[in-house]
Amino acid sequence: MNNTLPPWANYVLLPAINLLVAFIVSGLVVVAVGENPFKAAWLMIDGAFGSGRGIGFTLFYATNFIFTGLSVAVAIHCGLFNIGSEGQALVGGLGVALACLWLGAYIPWWMVLPVAIVMGASFGAAWGFLPGYLQAVRGSHVVITTIMFNFIAAALMNWLLVDWLRPVGQMGPETAVFAEGGWLPKLTGLMNFLGADVRSTPLNLSFFVALICCFLVWVLIWRTRFGYGIRTMGLSPSAAKYAGIRPARTVIIAMMISGGLAGLMALNPVMGDLHRLTLDIVQGAGFVGIAVALMGRNHPVGIVLAALLFGMLYQGGAEMAFDMPTITRDMIVVIQGLVILFAGALENMFRPQLSRFFLAMHRRGVAPEAEGAA
Amino acid sequence: MADTAAEQRVRAHPAIRLSGISKSFGAVRANRDIDLTVRKSSIHGIVGENGAGKSTLMSILYGFYQADSGTIEVDGKQVSIPHSQAAIDLGIGMVHQHFMLVHNFTVLENIMLGAEGAALLSGGMARARAELKRIEKDYQLEVDPDALTEDLPVGLQQRVEILKALYRGADILILDEPTGVLTPTEADHLFRILQRLREEGKTVILITHKLREIMAVTDTVSVMRQGQIVDTEPTAQTSVEAIAEKMVGRRVLLRVDKKPPRPGPVKLSVRDLTVVDSRKVPMVKNVSLDVRAGEIVGIAGVAGNGQSHLIETIAGIRRPTQGTVEMNGKTLDYDRLDPASLREEGMAHVPEDRHRMGLVLAFEENENAILGYHNSAAFGNGPFLSISAMREHARERIEQYDIRPPDCRLKTANFSGGNQQKIVLAREMERDPDVLLIGQPTRGVDVGAIEFIHRRIVEMRDAGKAILLVSVELDEIRALSDRILVMFDGKIVGERGAEATEGELGLLMAGVTDAESDRPAAPDLSMIDTTPGQAPAETQIPGERP
Amino acid sequence: MDFNATLLILDSTLRLSTPLLLAALAGLYSERAGIFDIGLEGKMLAAAFAAGAGASVTGSAYAGLLLGVLVSVIFGLVHGFASITARGNQIVSGVALNFVAAGATVLLGQAWFRQGGRTPQLSTDQRFLGSEPNFAAELRDIPIVGSIVSELVLGHSLLVYIAFIMVPLTWWVLFRTRFGLRLRAVGENPAAVDTAGISVTVLRYKAVIICGALCGVAGTYLAISQSGGFNNNMTAGKGYIALAALIFAKWKPVPVMFACLLFGFLDAAAIRLQGAELPVIGRVPVQFIQALPYVLTVVLLAGFIGRAEPPRAGGVPYVKER
Repeated sequence: MNNTLPPWANYVLLPAINLLVAFIVSGLVVVAVGENPFKAAWLMIDGAFGSGRGIGFTLFYATNFIFTGLSVAVAIHCGLFNIGSEGQALVGGLGVALACLWLGAYIPWWMVLPVAIVMGASFGAAWGFLPGYLQAVRGSHVVITTIMFNFIAAALMNWLLVDWLRPVGQMGPETAVFAEGGWLPKLTGLMNFLGADVRSTPLNLSFFVALICCFLVWVLIWRTRFGYGIRTMGLSPSAAKYAGIRPARTVIIAMMISGGLAGLMALNPVMGDLHRLTLDIVQGAGFVGIAVALMGRNHPVGIVLAALLFGMLYQGGAEMAFDMPTITRDMIVVIQGLVILFAGALENMFRPQLSRFFLAMHRRGVAPEAEGAA
Repeated sequence: MADTAAEQRVRAHPAIRLSGISKSFGAVRANRDIDLTVRKSSIHGIVGENGAGKSTLMSILYGFYQADSGTIEVDGKQVSIPHSQAAIDLGIGMVHQHFMLVHNFTVLENIMLGAEGAALLSGGMARARAELKRIEKDYQLEVDPDALTEDLPVGLQQRVEILKALYRGADILILDEPTGVLTPTEADHLFRILQRLREEGKTVILITHKLREIMAVTDTVSVMRQGQIVDTEPTAQTSVEAIAEKMVGRRVLLRVDKKPPRPGPVKLSVRDLTVVDSRKVPMVKNVSLDVRAGEIVGIAGVAGNGQSHLIETIAGIRRPTQGTVEMNGKTLDYDRLDPASLREEGMAHVPEDRHRMGLVLAFEENENAILGYHNSAAFGNGPFLSISAMREHARERIEQYDIRPPDCRLKTANFSGGNQQKIVLAREMERDPDVLLIGQPTRGVDVGAIEFIHRRIVEMRDAGKAILLVSVELDEIRALSDRILVMFDGKIVGERGAEATEGELGLLMAGVTDAESDRPAAPDLSMIDTTPGQAPAETQIPGERP
Repeated sequence: MDFNATLLILDSTLRLSTPLLLAALAGLYSERAGIFDIGLEGKMLAAAFAAGAGASVTGSAYAGLLLGVLVSVIFGLVHGFASITARGNQIVSGVALNFVAAGATVLLGQAWFRQGGRTPQLSTDQRFLGSEPNFAAELRDIPIVGSIVSELVLGHSLLVYIAFIMVPLTWWVLFRTRFGLRLRAVGENPAAVDTAGISVTVLRYKAVIICGALCGVAGTYLAISQSGGFNNNMTAGKGYIALAALIFAKWKPVPVMFACLLFGFLDAAAIRLQGAELPVIGRVPVQFIQALPYVLTVVLLAGFIGRAEPPRAGGVPYVKER
């Protein structure tokens, strides 16, 4: 019954309807705090896209979500629900920060970047490895272990930052600011060239790293033998076994790739914006990645679009909160939750009605053939 | 006809009368305008191919689905059955094909579920225990009420299902494909229970696609085909052939033209192979066999007697516990080899269950056409796959095997059962293997495709391949094999030539070995001896709906 | 460590275990019925806000409790609707509701009370506070036993007693009543329940309502018993620790209590052990103790100490087979 929708309805119409409902409910929340929802919506869209600065911030946030969305998507292709991107990104931040701390003073950013990429990805991969291993070899449910690993990561990083990485005399749990070599260039020049003034935004080179990752993930999943194995494993573990695809190996490597992509997310805030490691670099992006992957139907193109949507929510929401005194930044979190709820958990809410509608249309159009096909 | 008064009264009020029942799922019409009358105190068989609509019809009767139109009468009164509780209240019980038991409940808890009596369990539990004792005595259905359900063998779990229905006061018992999971002895025992139930005045509806069972135990038989009931007759007045013909719509002759075999050297040699399953129960016990180039060795047996484990072990999917397998004179090291490397060594495998193993239904056709061979140099360079090479390869196979629709980008789930099977066969046969393992080649495949598939298998034999064939369809085994091995309880209990009769093989399949053939055969099997060998019993027509 | 210090730690163990216990038992009803719930956190948070706001507006702790439970049940029903009726992904639904709760509590709190997202400070009569009975003082004079009883057994808030009474009650409901039998069945094999003529949908909705109610009590306890009002993100991951406790206890009521006591004890000890030197092991980083519940649960899940098997039908929407 699930596949009676034409592809365009499945990929475009249904998510659009769900999104609309999420925004309507968000509007009701705005009404509840006594503001005009239409004004709020306008402020949000204008804040996100109305200025070069807005666009810069939107893309900056979207960069995080592309990474975590890809992370969740790769795992889902292998039949794994990785909700540990949050923790994997945080641990990845440690790798990025260590690379920048060690090398930033000696070599320029373009030489630090490859090292930071390798270290961020491998730290994230390491944090994805254990849940993957436990799932593949011991049968421990990956959803539950990754939740636990998020908290273990938070405690571990807290300890490392407080007891080891915090410079003397510093209060907060964070590292020292990196030397110049640990700073990724902003995309100011490029955006100026395109006619947008993004001088004061944190948008940086990792946006392109994210786009390159999109392409690489596409190649991996749909154009490599290993990706074929991942998809076989995700769709039918018994067929994978029959085909000689080693289940444990595939699961573990897929989880490591997933963790590595999440770890790369740290490039954006750590090396691109803050230039130091703090405890709140991820800020829920790992969880948003679940929604991004779901809405993007686990395809890189869809993930970029969904990440832009959430980037817009973040940036536009912040602007809205700034301009409307009764609305705080927490409105973003509410809208985010509602979008995940309606576009994710309730994504099939309107499917039966929509299917019936299309079936009726189909019957009316080509009744005799439909009869024969049955 | 001079019926006795009692019989006339029974006829006056049938246990069940269905009139004009129709049911559609989306565009699929599962039941079309069905009329059915089931006499009281009788065993009524309903036969038909997979997908003929039997289970849907019974689910309607049990309140699982609602009919789109039509009326149901139970005991002469028109009723509506909006949910299972209503069916239970009307005295209808159902034993499902997949047992509806909670694995970590005791037998007693499973039997009480939904019929607890009161909000607190304690009182109901004592009552249930007493009632169970009584039922057990009346119908000779012993089972320990305190045993954990998952620890019971399948036959006993089924008994729990029957007890569940009887405990709820069922007068009409529906059994959906009850023997699929049973050994011949267990099936025999079940039939005795059903006869006993009939004697006690219960009405039994038996759904099956196995004609032998129909002939063995039913009083009346209805044949379903493509959502309709095409015939209802007293079992005594019909024959296996007549029913089979009505089931498939035309007479099927499982006769394959083939030349005498010209066996070459031994290609596959299995010695003392033992395999245990995940619960450590031995499924294959000390099996030895040889397959030569240019011959088809068929393994006959009732499903679940170790054939699946045997073939999957040879193919590298399961680990042997003991014993060796040699291919082309080389001993296979299963610690090192997996199904992929075995393919490289020249072993191809058509799995029994194409949905679970042979295909990924969500894949495009061309993706499935390389499953298991996806590491081959033919389909790409280094770590990459070449989409154009894959599609080119798929188009070739589609052409060769006449796979329809000829669209290599179509999702595999959208092909019919026969065409799906052709996708698997094309993949496994055309890579020029030395040894070919084939499980259930025509399960859920339409008649036209069966002929094609059988012809291809024989052609492969004539091309000098060593073929090991497993099928639960005895007719298929007899039509294709040059030698027939019979498996029972994990062991090979006998070997026969291609000319073996169905009766002879049937006895072996029931575990009556050559040494003890004077032992009385099971009643259902003795029926087989009296029926002519041509029974196209389990040929199946369009297995899946699109 | 002397006797009195030990008593103090045990006393705070009880207080810190209470919200965990209520939330873990809440999760038990839901997950035993086959609905995974990682939204315990969000439900508690929403309930804490509703209870804090309700108590401060009405001036009654009981009104606060009622509101807390009500809001949490509504969250539970949304999760139920997504999981049962719309057959959505239960994890995604839980994540979404956690976000909604985290955002909406602060947003509404700021809009309504303008205290940075907090609810106004409650006076003592608007809270659930323990009161010691008259004989407690006399008891304390009895050496050892007396102080144990007066410190650990007496003088807690009503909600603490409710939490611990829920343990035997839940056991009794689960294993001695018809509802419990059906609840356990529907989490393992919903088709068995369906064919026995029982509605899977109704049963599962009942489970999420109970889950919501217990989370409501847990949140209420945090806001108007343990504290004097709602604070930003005051659950601080307790919902996830409760989830860990539930898994650690293999979805069984009495072990759930012990798991929650253990995790509560770790929490209480962490506060006291901050910076303290322990014999043999030396200084234990407080973060390590904080992570211990999660580490223990992972070790259990890995099957190194026993085996945690979730209810079989958990996380899977029930669809009638064709």
